[in-house]
Amino acid sequence: MTRIARIVALGLLIHVKHLSRNAFDVMATTIWPLVYATLAYFMFRAGSQPEALLLASLGATVMGIWSITTVGAADAIQRQRWAGVLELLVAAPTPFWAVLLPITIATSTIGIYALVSTLLWGRFLFGIPLHLEQPVIFVLAIPPTIVSIGLLGFVMASVVVRFRAGWAVGNMFEYPVWLVTGLLVPVALLPGWAEPISWLLAPTWGMRALRDAAFTGGAPLFDIAMCVVLSVAYTVIGAVLLGQFLQSARRRATLSLT
Amino acid sequence: MSTLRVALVGGAISFRGLFGWLHPAIFVPTLIVPPIFQVLFFAYLGRAAGLESDTFYVVGNSIQLAALPGLFAMSHAINGERRSQTLAPLLASPASRVALFLGRSLPVMAIGLLVSAVSFSFGVLLLDVELPTRALPTLALAMLAATFSCTALGIAHAAVGLRVREMAVFSNLVFAVLLVFCGVNVPLGDLPSWMSGAAEGLPVTHAVQAGREVVAGSSFLSVAHLLVIELAIGAAYLAAGLVLLRLFERDARRRATIELF
Repeated sequence: MTRIARIVALGLLIHVKHLSRNAFDVMATTIWPLVYATLAYFMFRAGSQPEALLLASLGATVMGIWSITTVGAADAIQRQRWAGVLELLVAAPTPFWAVLLPITIATSTIGIYALVSTLLWGRFLFGIPLHLEQPVIFVLAIPPTIVSIGLLGFVMASVVVRFRAGWAVGNMFEYPVWLVTGLLVPVALLPGWAEPISWLLAPTWGMRALRDAAFTGGAPLFDIAMCVVLSVAYTVIGAVLLGQFLQSARRRATLSLT
Repeated sequence: MSTLRVALVGGAISFRGLFGWLHPAIFVPTLIVPPIFQVLFFAYLGRAAGLESDTFYVVGNSIQLAALPGLFAMSHAINGERRSQTLAPLLASPASRVALFLGRSLPVMAIGLLVSAVSFSFGVLLLDVELPTRALPTLALAMLAATFSCTALGIAHAAVGLRVREMAVFSNLVFAVLLVFCGVNVPLGDLPSWMSGAAEGLPVTHAVQAGREVVAGSSFLSVAHLLVIELAIGAAYLAAGLVLLRLFERDARRRATIELF
């Protein structure tokens, strides 16, 4: 158990460093949310709800974290494949899920850049006050939000083991998850069937945790607990799926096919 | 005749060889599903903000989405050749650069029009948007004009691919500029004046304006000038793109960086 924890921790550190040196990832994480934050600021400011600007900042932040995770995690296995190390990693005595898991969490962790850039962008360009009702809980809510989104990415990465264009699948889930998890658009505005789906997705609870900590009236600790529960569920589901899909890929001898 | 053959046959072969998104397993998750959800996302965001009607977002976003293949596929015309190690022989050939790159742009324009039409159709169906049927032909022309201007912008920005390696980053940036500046989701009047001023010189802006006016009941003749401006902007970007291609090609030859990636 200690060995696995060490592998995950070291993997996380290495991959965060690695991703932080990738211009595309850093750009996608820091600038892309600013685009949506800017649009949301203009739309809410031009519309009827100017008080929603801070909420738009937070929503754009979580959107950025999900964006980088969905494409990065879905492409994680393919990157190992291109680097020619996938077979070695799978054949190693270390369970492969312990290798893949830190990659996806690291991908969502660099979403921290999105958090900082979006909040500063809103503060300095649009004058949105950064007044947080429960600042300590807000800070406490960030790690479970990021980890749970990263683990949702882990499930996605596990499913696309046999799919060579994993990034395309990840790309496909960017907008739908933004929409259904209520990051900028309240789920109440969506058709009724969307809400139960939103409960199963980590960005919903991460966003609620940040929002409820930033404003009064919510239950951020419950939201954080939901992030933790979903994280555990995603880890188990991802590990099981990964085992199944890896076995299938090995049986068909397609593991290293690019 | 030879130039025409290079443009049409060469363009078609190059597109089939380089446009890696042609396979349905990639085409649908990149060029069909995200555009439809872009339309839905902004329509619902507009409802949340209480800003404009669904029609506003369906028309605006579906026209702007012509930029998706226009930018990414055209940048791949340079980067894909480089990755396939065929860029140097291509540039060493005596073929007309205009024929080479215009030929590569024709299939991209067809895809751009398809993306616009599909995202518009699904937007209308899923959001129950009601439109006058007589507006559709002119709306299709607005999409075609935007497809041309966005592909022309794509050629200009593909030229930068001779100097910049991370073209995906650059393509995303240009796409974002069009999304924010061109009145696609926020009326131009609600944007700061410097942004709406800049939008006047960008593709998409006038096509979106024409599309919205025609859907609101204007005739073709009353929006024709907007379409002409959109086409003129496209022609300007095309000319700039061809000049940039020549300049950057010369520079890349001098620095021996044509094949670096």
